[in-house]
Amino acid sequence: MEVNEKIALDHGLKKGEYKKICDLLKRVPNFTELGIFSAMWNEHCSYKSSRLHLKNLPTSGKKVIQGPGENAGVIDIEDGDAIVFKIESHNHPSFIEPYQGAATGVGGIMRDVFTMGARPIANLNSIHFGSSQHKKTKNLLRGVVHGIGGYGNCMGVPTIAGQTSFDSSYNGNILVNAMTLGLVKKNKIFYSKAAGLNKPVIYVGSKTGRDGIHGASMASASFDEKIEEKKPTVQVGDPFTEKLLLEACLELMAGDSIIAIQDMGAAGLTSSSIEMASKGNLGIELNLNKVPCRESKMTPYEIMLSESQERMLIVLENGKEDLAKKIFDKWDLDFAVIGKTTNTKNIELYYDEKQVASIPINTLVENSPMYDRKWKKTKLPKKNLIKKEQFKKFKIKEVLNKILSNPNVCSKEWIWQQYDHTVMGDTIQKPGGDSGVVRVHGTDKAVAATVDSSAIYCWAHPLTGGKQVVCESWRNLISVGATPIAITNCLNFGSPEKEENMGEFVECVQGIGEASEYLKFPVVSGNVSFYNQTKEIGIKPTPSIGGVGLIKNYKQMITMDFKEINNLVLVIGKTEGNLDQSLFARNILNEKNGPPPEINLFNEKNNGETVLQLIKGNLVRSAHDVSIGGIITAVSKMCIKGNIGIEFDKPKYFMSEIEYLFSEDQGRYVIEIEPKNLKKVESILNKNSVHFDKLGKITDKNMIINGKTKVTIDELRSYNTNWLKKYMST
Amino acid sequence: MKVSAIITLKKDVLDPQGKVIHQTLDGMGFKGVNEVRQGKYFEIDVKENDPKKAQKIVEDMCNKLLANLVIENYKIIEIQ
Amino acid sequence: MKSAVITFPGSNCDRDMHVALTKFGFKNQMVWHNDNELPKTDLVVLPGGFSYGDYLRCGSMASKSKIMQSVINFAKSGGLVMGICNGFQILVESGLVPGVLLRNKYLEFICKNIFVKIDNKDNPYFKNLDKEVFELHIAHNEGNYFCSNDQLKEIQDNNQVAIYYCNDNGKTEEKFNPNGSLNNIAGIFNKEKNVLGMMPHPERMIDKSLSGEDGSLFFKNLLNNIK
Repeated sequence: MEVNEKIALDHGLKKGEYKKICDLLKRVPNFTELGIFSAMWNEHCSYKSSRLHLKNLPTSGKKVIQGPGENAGVIDIEDGDAIVFKIESHNHPSFIEPYQGAATGVGGIMRDVFTMGARPIANLNSIHFGSSQHKKTKNLLRGVVHGIGGYGNCMGVPTIAGQTSFDSSYNGNILVNAMTLGLVKKNKIFYSKAAGLNKPVIYVGSKTGRDGIHGASMASASFDEKIEEKKPTVQVGDPFTEKLLLEACLELMAGDSIIAIQDMGAAGLTSSSIEMASKGNLGIELNLNKVPCRESKMTPYEIMLSESQERMLIVLENGKEDLAKKIFDKWDLDFAVIGKTTNTKNIELYYDEKQVASIPINTLVENSPMYDRKWKKTKLPKKNLIKKEQFKKFKIKEVLNKILSNPNVCSKEWIWQQYDHTVMGDTIQKPGGDSGVVRVHGTDKAVAATVDSSAIYCWAHPLTGGKQVVCESWRNLISVGATPIAITNCLNFGSPEKEENMGEFVECVQGIGEASEYLKFPVVSGNVSFYNQTKEIGIKPTPSIGGVGLIKNYKQMITMDFKEINNLVLVIGKTEGNLDQSLFARNILNEKNGPPPEINLFNEKNNGETVLQLIKGNLVRSAHDVSIGGIITAVSKMCIKGNIGIEFDKPKYFMSEIEYLFSEDQGRYVIEIEPKNLKKVESILNKNSVHFDKLGKITDKNMIINGKTKVTIDELRSYNTNWLKKYMST
Repeated sequence: MKVSAIITLKKDVLDPQGKVIHQTLDGMGFKGVNEVRQGKYFEIDVKENDPKKAQKIVEDMCNKLLANLVIENYKIIEIQ
Repeated sequence: MKSAVITFPGSNCDRDMHVALTKFGFKNQMVWHNDNELPKTDLVVLPGGFSYGDYLRCGSMASKSKIMQSVINFAKSGGLVMGICNGFQILVESGLVPGVLLRNKYLEFICKNIFVKIDNKDNPYFKNLDKEVFELHIAHNEGNYFCSNDQLKEIQDNNQVAIYYCNDNGKTEEKFNPNGSLNNIAGIFNKEKNVLGMMPHPERMIDKSLSGEDGSLFFKNLLNNIK
């Protein structure tokens, strides 16, 4: 089939991009070649709209072994151990088919991690749905949760933490971001850089079918009349095969046969083969007749662009083919030598003994388009003048009920109870805490991980929002006693071709960069998902940040449940009483304007490091960061989990009770300490110039806020746990 | 009337279950199996005496609930 | 004491079981499903997981794998065989214990701590335990035990129910039943009581930093009983 400009446009390429392809090749590409260009040059593979801005992120540090650019980032956790981790989006497929979309998202991210030689030890996810009133939300939520569980549970990897939010801006675009952590020995990390000439290129895993071949190919009318049967189908996940693939790969990796390995994710065989060759500055030659196919008569175009799951491409040392084949045979997986590395610096494809494509690899990678898209700066909104007189009409208890049962605050037990969070026998902090924590098997160390996002703040002011999410991640790690090490980011935005959405992206990234630079909390991996929009309206900007930290002695881990009656409760960090963009302002006052809470990086760092110092000195019994819903929400959760109450001291602050309890000022923690340690704690806080308030004392079964307000723990629990269960059972 | 419908994965959609059942059959000595595809079967008794209308009702059910048309097809195989 | 844990394709609690058995003093060996013969052992464990992806019916394909013939012979000759979670499903599919395991009543995977009550200690697994109610952990999608009325009568007549779901006081009411199991049954024996199948995972309850420690009591006692 002759290629022309129209077919190129159908493949999602722009006019100028098609011209550039013809110029680079000095000829018109054939159909297969066009497919390869369109896959490599699309936003997902080329980062053409985001590259310019992402390169400003801090990506290195003492603990960073591998930053962005590989299958996943790698950090050093000492004693020769390393953690491999990454977060990735699977938004569009999950909206079309929530079960399979979410399942294959989880499968894909686990493959990214074990491709590097690491055994996955924990999964996390950040999932965002439309308004709870929207007719599709319930089914999408159920499908996504079943899909995540279906895949992760079968793989035997615990899902230890997550985040779920509801907002009408996701009505037509849900977000499903999946994160995986893997454990590897520092000297056994595998990379995707090919090396050496005439090395065999091996295909392993599932067979190739017509899964997920991108839509454009179907519009191009090259296919027979049975278009319905050939419709680009959603990829179906097969966690069982992936489990076998994991075990087989790790078995092969124990030896020294592998030069380079890459999983076949987006754009399948195309991007995996090209990335390995490109990194090694080599050429690659593939015989497509050798590729194990599920369907008959698959064309070179289809074979190259298929997104069938559970497949890997490996460059082996010469002479190791038999040894490798034996391992994959043992695990009942397909194994085929499909090509070799060459010195041509081209990708050359053969089918039925004819060359069907030959493209210089640099044209696909280095020469891929990069855009400096137009973007619009978001001004910091003016503060609202909230009239304090109106606070008198609110009863704290009623407001608290509304806040604790808000879909974005309420307990997500209905979700995480469907995820196996205890398999592998090392989960020491289950979902529902500030971070999930797993022990490093057989050691005293533990790794903490959290995933966070704050779309409301990012929408109100992207620069502040970007900083805030990084800070929240940092706080969630510190709250469990972990030293924060690094982050991965999943950047979910609307169309980069719209100035407002592009502006949100640019400024969120800038905020993320500033905070991670200041906190020495570098970005080691990530993914960008644009075009999350319906018609012309984009989602609220939603960067999800996955943070990872280390606890050297797992017995020093902290949980948020209040521990003991008569212990004292302190709020670390200063409460200013800013209500703008708080849950209280938005949902109780119905005031949606105003700036998000300000981020003071100096305080953030100082407060966090001081809390960590207190924890390491064994002075803290429980801790929880203050986030959405303010101090009272944080304290309520600590009461619920500990099944004991608190009596607040007489207020000493110069603001209304509402402002003190519900404002969402940043950089704050609630901690529980023993009375005998008060002096010691006070002196450390004073020495580090950290502001703190004495909030109250732990008591029996009630939360007593003032003379008028008394709430039992059972009431708190029912406010917090009933909403989601009820919602999903009706 | 009783209407029977089967729901199968569309051609070209991976059927992980069928694949593994195939391998197990092979292992048990059932050689010579080309492919196994697994589906679902429904018998639905509808309050309707006209076979055409009954078929229509069940087709509607398949379209709206029983089949996931993104990955599955359905076929009414019997009306009695 | 020697134990053998079978790894089927898709098993994923095999390592956890190995860790638990070893911790309490068993000399454990991992055995591959495609082997023909069991090694010499005092106890065979079919671990949890998703053998063959739980495809067709949970445990159905694993029950046909090569090693199972040897496991069945071992059980028939009186050897101790224990199936946990997916291992229980495999035992049921291979006919070593009666009944079937259906999908959970509310059609959802459940991962949480539960309590079980030991009904009868006249068997090599629970003999000498000085406690009746145990806190264990479940993580399954298909743990809803079911059998015919005749089978149930036989099971009860032979004292084959191993454990019931209950609350922390040992009350076995329907509201403490997490998955819809018939009569709150969480685990059963074969007639001879050398084969035990149960849904809860004792191997996930062997450390107070994890979900709890009641699993430790079970393993320590089992080791002493075998000695």
